[in-house]
Amino acid sequence: MTKSRIEARFAQLKAENRAAFVAYVMAGDPDYATGLEILQGLPAAGADLIEVGFPFSDPMAEGPPIQRAAQRALANGQTLKKTLAMVAEFRKADQTTPIIMMGYANPLVHHGYDAFARDAAAAGVDGVICVDIPPEEADPLADALDASELSLIRLATPTSDDKRLPVVIRRTSGFVYYVSVAGVTGVKEADAAAVAPNVERIRAASGLPVAVGFGIKTPERAAEIARVADAAVVGSALVEEVATGLAMNESVTARVLSKVESLAKAVRSARVESLTV
Amino acid sequence: MKLQIPVNAPAKPNDYTAYPDASGRFGDYGGRYVPETLMPLVHDLDAAYTAAKNDPAFQAELRSFLTHYVGRPSPLYYAERLTQHYGGPKIYLKREELNHTGSHKINNCMGQILLAMRMGKTRIIAETGAGQHGVATATVCARFGLPCVVYMGAVDVERQKPNVFRMNLLGAQVEAVTAGSATLKDAMNEALRDWVTNVHDTYYLIGTAAGMHPYPAMVRDFQAVIGNEVKQQTLELEGRLPDAVVACVGGGSNAIGLFHPFLNDEGVQLIGVEAAGEGMETGRHAAAINGGRPGVLHGNMTYLLQDDEGQITEAHSISAGLDYPGIGPEHSWLHDVGRAKYLTCTDQEALDAFKLLAELEGILPAIESSHALARLPEICKEVGKDGIVVLNLSGRGDKDVQTVADHLGRQI
Repeated sequence: MTKSRIEARFAQLKAENRAAFVAYVMAGDPDYATGLEILQGLPAAGADLIEVGFPFSDPMAEGPPIQRAAQRALANGQTLKKTLAMVAEFRKADQTTPIIMMGYANPLVHHGYDAFARDAAAAGVDGVICVDIPPEEADPLADALDASELSLIRLATPTSDDKRLPVVIRRTSGFVYYVSVAGVTGVKEADAAAVAPNVERIRAASGLPVAVGFGIKTPERAAEIARVADAAVVGSALVEEVATGLAMNESVTARVLSKVESLAKAVRSARVESLTV
Repeated sequence: MKLQIPVNAPAKPNDYTAYPDASGRFGDYGGRYVPETLMPLVHDLDAAYTAAKNDPAFQAELRSFLTHYVGRPSPLYYAERLTQHYGGPKIYLKREELNHTGSHKINNCMGQILLAMRMGKTRIIAETGAGQHGVATATVCARFGLPCVVYMGAVDVERQKPNVFRMNLLGAQVEAVTAGSATLKDAMNEALRDWVTNVHDTYYLIGTAAGMHPYPAMVRDFQAVIGNEVKQQTLELEGRLPDAVVACVGGGSNAIGLFHPFLNDEGVQLIGVEAAGEGMETGRHAAAINGGRPGVLHGNMTYLLQDDEGQITEAHSISAGLDYPGIGPEHSWLHDVGRAKYLTCTDQEALDAFKLLAELEGILPAIESSHALARLPEICKEVGKDGIVVLNLSGRGDKDVQTVADHLGRQI
């Protein structure tokens, strides 16, 4: 297997001694055309990796912002096939930014794991996070993703103790996503001091980069996390910009990308600042 | 590679009671499709339940509360005038509506609250549709002094106001859920979100035999007291087992509790009745097996109402307790292997059956249980004059008086 886009990106950032900024957006939010425009604008705005949410009607681990984003996307006709088409469109202009698809099991079950893995690889997807497929249920999906050389990215959580962690990281590749708070997305705030030892523990156990998400809303918090982790993920705060843009009748794309710029800037300068403090 | 979507007609097992397997599977159904944050707790719960199940002290304590607090055993009542109405077979009603709190839901709540305390949990959450499970949960929480939060769809809060007030009187906090279709599935989503957030001290008391393993097996075991009593009572009254046992099915806890002790008695027909709402042909129904396909929701692989893209669609039923787009995984499996049969009943048929039982037997059945009653004509015909049919009267209909009045166009 050649070096994946994910591995290449983390290697590059390690050489630059900085963490990655990972932007989560909901595919097709608020509609396909705007969603594509946002996606295409993310790398220039500073996203090092992109998580593309594929909407599901019953997202049990999401807080209100991402629930509403999924509802907006579904109401405007977003489907798994359209999400794959959107990634393929993005890949025409960008061959290096890793794309991770993130969502829930049922749309994948319906597409069929093997067909999904093949279609995702063809579209230019690099990895998959499936929130409600824990390791105990993951082998069929992992087999399908392996066959198409896609990474299965696992979620480690505050409840992943030393007994559980080896189960969590088995068959994971690319990076490990550390859910920094026990809870749903976009509600509690991550605590960098509490996160740091867990990042170390997961990095040591997996030998993989560790991204931290589920509780980062501001540039300040993103910078704190970027000092201790390999990547900081922001999702709810970005989809909230979509909601605000719609409510205020402003350009949704401009709002989201502007937020990405401020967060990415904070992540890029985090370790430099910490050296000079 | 393992099949991702179950196919129909797998082999019949030799022992139906040996399921689920260690990974929580009934054939291809069931499993543990939950976010990682919950997985360690789901394993703890599995271990704690297995230990409790095998602990005579736990079982004795549960039996004592079922006898003296719930009022078990519930009677098996020979419905003579209903039997005459259909011209035989003999129809027996299992009177679960006479339990404390007015439905079978308390059987499971009593078992789970004792387990929650044994696990050292200090806060209880639950979801509810009709409010029967919410009331039963609020009741046991009051009895044992534990704080209780009940998630209930805003639509259900509106159509089941007496039960909301009842829960409040029992000291529970009722959270109206406005997300999605604002019914039972959304209440369950919200309860799961609470659980993920408060994973350390909170016990999620699921009300139906669905969700992630071990809930489908555990809820079934706590409800199996229904079928075990029916078995003993029909043997005492008739000297033999019934020819058919019948129950309504939403998530399916009263049905699986009735069916399970009879699974290996192949001479006993198992019949579940799903809610056909405004009619199967309208698409506005809640019949997961008759109108759905296998998929993953709320922790398990099972039959679900969904569109071609795997998005869950809204269920429709006059009965809040059956208004759920899924069904317990054991029912999905029993359907596929052909051990149980699943019929449907429309809102209107349920209303007619509600009135019939009130007039013939002086019993107001829950609108949920009325779905099972409505299929008696066909079932009686199939069983034949000399047969015995046992129908689970899973709840009482007092809570539905307003709904029935609305449909009859009457002011009360």
